[in-house]
Amino acid sequence: MIPKFDYERPASMRQAIKQLTLPGTRLHAGGTDLLGCLRDGVFGAEKVVSIGGLSELRGIKRASDGSVTIGALTTLAQLAADPIILRHYTALAQGALSAASPQLRNQGTLGGNLCQRPRCWYFRGDFHCLRKGGGVCYAVGGQNQYHCIFGGDACYIVHPSDTAPALIALGARVRIEGPSNSKTIPLESFFVPPSKDVTREHVLAPNEILTEVLLPAPAPNQRSSYRKVRARGAWDFALAGVALCMHVRDTGEIERARVVLSGVAPTPWRVPDAETALAGKLISEETAKLTAELCVKGAQPMEYNGYKVNLVRGVVEEALLGLR
Amino acid sequence: MEKEKKNEVTSESPAGMSRREFLGTVGAGAIGATMIGPATATAREDSSGELPLVSITVNGWVHRMRVEPRWTLLYVLRDQLGLTGTKPGCERGECGACTVLIDGEPRYSCLTLAVEADGRRVTTVEGLMDGEQLGPVQQAFVGEDGLQCGYCTSGQVVAAEGLLRRNPNPTMEEIRMGMSGNLCRCGAYDHIFKSVHRAAKLRK
Repeated sequence: MIPKFDYERPASMRQAIKQLTLPGTRLHAGGTDLLGCLRDGVFGAEKVVSIGGLSELRGIKRASDGSVTIGALTTLAQLAADPIILRHYTALAQGALSAASPQLRNQGTLGGNLCQRPRCWYFRGDFHCLRKGGGVCYAVGGQNQYHCIFGGDACYIVHPSDTAPALIALGARVRIEGPSNSKTIPLESFFVPPSKDVTREHVLAPNEILTEVLLPAPAPNQRSSYRKVRARGAWDFALAGVALCMHVRDTGEIERARVVLSGVAPTPWRVPDAETALAGKLISEETAKLTAELCVKGAQPMEYNGYKVNLVRGVVEEALLGLR
Repeated sequence: MEKEKKNEVTSESPAGMSRREFLGTVGAGAIGATMIGPATATAREDSSGELPLVSITVNGWVHRMRVEPRWTLLYVLRDQLGLTGTKPGCERGECGACTVLIDGEPRYSCLTLAVEADGRRVTTVEGLMDGEQLGPVQQAFVGEDGLQCGYCTSGQVVAAEGLLRRNPNPTMEEIRMGMSGNLCRCGAYDHIFKSVHRAAKLRK
């Protein structure tokens, strides 16, 4: 059984932040990753602080200017089924629907999906790796089938979230509440590459809470998608995936595009070269092939994950043509 | 067979009852003396250092009990309340054997802390009975031979119930998607999907 811990379910944000300022506390939102980490001994908890009572963190609201605010406690199932998200932010709905399993989507939250810890089997296993404060990355020279081909630096995890690349493609920002202030930052800036800090995946301090995801009003000519490649049709994390968001003129030319890869880097991986190359082009087999090549440019496969290069090519081509 | 009484729990687990005797009471839902009315306790430790007090409605019966925060709903259902229909498979949210309905939605009880289920309505496979009769989903699984060893079956049946409550007329593709959170090591999937399809008809 999981080692004993105390439990608190604060009735207010202030109380929650106050609790999380104490040492040895861990935040419980949906709990699907927290319990797994506690069971595997990735980290411990002296006290679990549940934010489940903060009802203001649930729900999807559209403002009069068309922008949308999603509470961090909104479940993946709610996101996948929401008519506004399906229609105007399709990449997010597809990202949420592709995650995990029906039961996990009923429990897992958007905030939790963004803040989740990596799936690296050394990290999750009994190895005191770099990310946990140890001295070595076991994936280097080890079983690195599921590790990164971009952005590795001392640590070679891939970021496990499907909603993160979709949200970055859609231009999302996140609101963070802390003990003395509240701030809003682009989601892209939320994630931390190993080159900056190998021990964390995001910028939150232990007593900060991601409270909301903010989406800009969708342009009328916006289309988006998220496509994920994996071995099984459910549960599996991405071997490779791509979130696309494009503004396409009536004449068919791409005005603007965002291309964000999943399953290949320690953070959601934007490909600026591909985005630049897409501007002004029509969606065609030729454009798709060119984009796919740009998305694998500079890839640095490890001993066992070279297959990811072709998967990225394939998923990018298919995704782009799928938005024609 | 005497069951050890857990001293931390104020609810009367079916301690001192043999398994056979206990099973005889499942249909009637008479699980000890915990069936009391509304309880509005919030699950938090009071400063006296007492364990959190929770109120969880299981298959229509309100259970008011003190729980350790680390106890999962799975543990409480099986080891505290004696409802052993729900099964531990992986205890990591990767197999679906522990599926229950929480407020009608399929969830993994192995990843749900009991304290988090405070105030919620939980349905287990036992709760799909109709008195001592099998409910329609259970009947359908029997009719279509939707099992081999039977271990995943409780989870499959509850997941199916959850799916059909939300979508009473699913296509086969919707059934596959809806049941994609439940593994079957025996490989009875084809029969499982047919069972769900049949259950949809039986529920009308």
